[in-house]
Amino acid sequence: MKTKKISGSEAVLLSLLEEGVDTIFGYPGGAIMPVYDLLYDYQDKINHILTRHEQGAAHAAQGYARVSGKVGVCMVTSGPGATNLTTGLADAMLDSTPIICISGQVHAPLLGSDAFQETDVMGFSMPITKWNIQVTKAEDIPGAIAKAFFIATTGRPGPVMIDITKDAQFAEFDYSYERCNDVRSYVPRPILQMEYVEKAADLINNAKKPMALVGQGVILSGAEKEMLAFLEKAGIPAAWTLLGASSIPTDHPLNVGMLGMHGNYGPNIKTNECDLLIALGMRFDDRVTGKVDTYGTLAKIVHFEIDPAEVNKNVIADVAVIADIKETLEAILPLINQNKRDEWLNQFKIAYQYEYDKVIKNDLHPEKEELTMGEVVRRVNERMNGEAICITDVGQHQMIASRYFKFKNTRSLVTSGGLGTMGFGLPAAFGAQTGAPDKTVVLFVGDGGIQMTIQELGTIAQNKAKIKIILLNNNFLGMVRQWQQLFFDKRYSSTELVNPDFITIAKGFGIDGNTVETRDKLDAAIDEMFNFDGPFLLEVKVEKEGNVFPMVAAGASVSDVRLD
Amino acid sequence: MEEKEFTLIAFSENSIGLLNRLTIIFTRRHLNIESLTVSESAIQGIYKFTVVVKASKTLIEKVVKQIEKVVDVLKAFYLCEDEIIYQEIALYKVPTEAVTRSNEIEALVRKHNARILEITPDYTAIEKTGHKDETQHLFDDMKKFKVMQFTRSGRVAITKARRERLSEYLHKLDTEKLTVERS
Repeated sequence: MKTKKISGSEAVLLSLLEEGVDTIFGYPGGAIMPVYDLLYDYQDKINHILTRHEQGAAHAAQGYARVSGKVGVCMVTSGPGATNLTTGLADAMLDSTPIICISGQVHAPLLGSDAFQETDVMGFSMPITKWNIQVTKAEDIPGAIAKAFFIATTGRPGPVMIDITKDAQFAEFDYSYERCNDVRSYVPRPILQMEYVEKAADLINNAKKPMALVGQGVILSGAEKEMLAFLEKAGIPAAWTLLGASSIPTDHPLNVGMLGMHGNYGPNIKTNECDLLIALGMRFDDRVTGKVDTYGTLAKIVHFEIDPAEVNKNVIADVAVIADIKETLEAILPLINQNKRDEWLNQFKIAYQYEYDKVIKNDLHPEKEELTMGEVVRRVNERMNGEAICITDVGQHQMIASRYFKFKNTRSLVTSGGLGTMGFGLPAAFGAQTGAPDKTVVLFVGDGGIQMTIQELGTIAQNKAKIKIILLNNNFLGMVRQWQQLFFDKRYSSTELVNPDFITIAKGFGIDGNTVETRDKLDAAIDEMFNFDGPFLLEVKVEKEGNVFPMVAAGASVSDVRLD
Repeated sequence: MEEKEFTLIAFSENSIGLLNRLTIIFTRRHLNIESLTVSESAIQGIYKFTVVVKASKTLIEKVVKQIEKVVDVLKAFYLCEDEIIYQEIALYKVPTEAVTRSNEIEALVRKHNARILEITPDYTAIEKTGHKDETQHLFDDMKKFKVMQFTRSGRVAITKARRERLSEYLHKLDTEKLTVERS
């Protein structure tokens, strides 16, 4: 093997290049300066994007990873640089997003001495990473990075943290790189057991009223095609989790909508009419199941899942196939009987019509004077026809966008699901645009969430990322306000905001923008935004006290889904 | 659900911070660790964690899966009391004067199957292995002699099953593990 003597810092960059990295989101500082110094020499190979806050770097890496399927890479300094990644790591952990964060650390002899900007990176990142490692010797850098990429991307993906002491960055050693393809104690691909596939096929073939629950596992495994083949052959209606959105096109006849707390009426109400629930790469989150004792009461449960720890965690499966979902779907397809379940599917259509009359019509085609979030999403759909990537922040607009955004292509919704991180949207949109430069990226964000990471407008402006930012402004922390209205006697404790002039702020960053308050101006404003060559902030002043329905209240049964 | 005492055994690589990663799993679920023993296993380089914990069966099953999910953990499983042979070790320090004054301590050592490790003019060190109630019993019996120090180890355990689960698993890994192709 060819080796050459280089510094630990250069080894970091060469190792990243070996893994195909061409983009890093980060923020320099004392303990990572040797690597940043080398980045100066590698500008033609690695595009380092300076965010305005390390949290922004983490969320940008997530957005990048989610749309591209590649690993998002972050680089930060020690101490506050590393701790500022915490929210992004926790978010990526819950949403199975492959990101690798590299932090500088104080010189190894100073570890544990409370040196300047020293923090226990291993300790704090342990519960929120799939794997982490501290490197104190230059020669251990390539191995650590190789292992990090293997672990972050295989099995159920997740975040990895690599903490590198400053002396290891300076030290020179004989560099060579070998990609990692095996870690003895780690099973990235459980072996498919045909016995369970056969049992699952048997349940599916004998089911009268099955429903598929599509999760992000399908996207992470790249099994969208196999899923459709399975659903179409068996004639099974499919509902999706928040993170499973866009894995099945909106217009597909078997797509019956979103699951969960603010999901569609049909899939929620039918959960307790089904005789079989088939979970495809999803984890029965409480936002999906509602009260778990009254979930799927008549149904047997088939669970296709790569992570053994998810099986029987929240819901007990009658049959579980622990394997990569693509492999499972390929194996089960020949065992599935061709079926059409027109009568059963029709029931979802009836449920949809019911929801349309009670909720959707008023959301999308409101007759009241004030603008609704739903009609803004509808206008974007009319303009983009499913070709855009939708990014959301967290809150009411997130649920409205997920419910109504039209998806044609997979990996088209990037949202913070498990952690529900306000402030995720703006940096994630930037990362998504970087990962999918040829796509139109539309961010829906609320007036609360945008202010949590608003400094990233600077990153967007500096990099001329053509993101279309739609700020749905109701001058409230809307989702909390909705809960206060429904469950806390309208006691609006600390949810009303006195907001800045967002357009002035955007312009201060060099980003163009416009505000729209009336329906007659909405179409033209949306056109202006999309026609503009560059980033654009469109602030839409929407009704102050709008609510998101349907709603399965926290702790309620999916059968008790409320429409008003 | 009813809580029971379980012995959880995990085999892992010898990596820095792994103990922390494992205890986090208990902390997060508000589980208290009754005892913990960590040492190198029969296989060189592989470490064995023996954790005693009171929990419901459903919870312990989930905890085991979470532990096994930790990248550096090779294998984890839980066992009920009737599936293991286990011991703890206890050390006692009593004033030598109390040993020589009468033959009561000698009788206790005989009765409890303990043994004397060291005698100095000041103190006598006694060792006893057994289950917690047994080592406690000896302690209680010796209290009146003014025990100067008493300490008890965590549990060590071997399974009653004929085959060793770890070697079985390692064999399986060697023969069956799929390699993952990455782009």
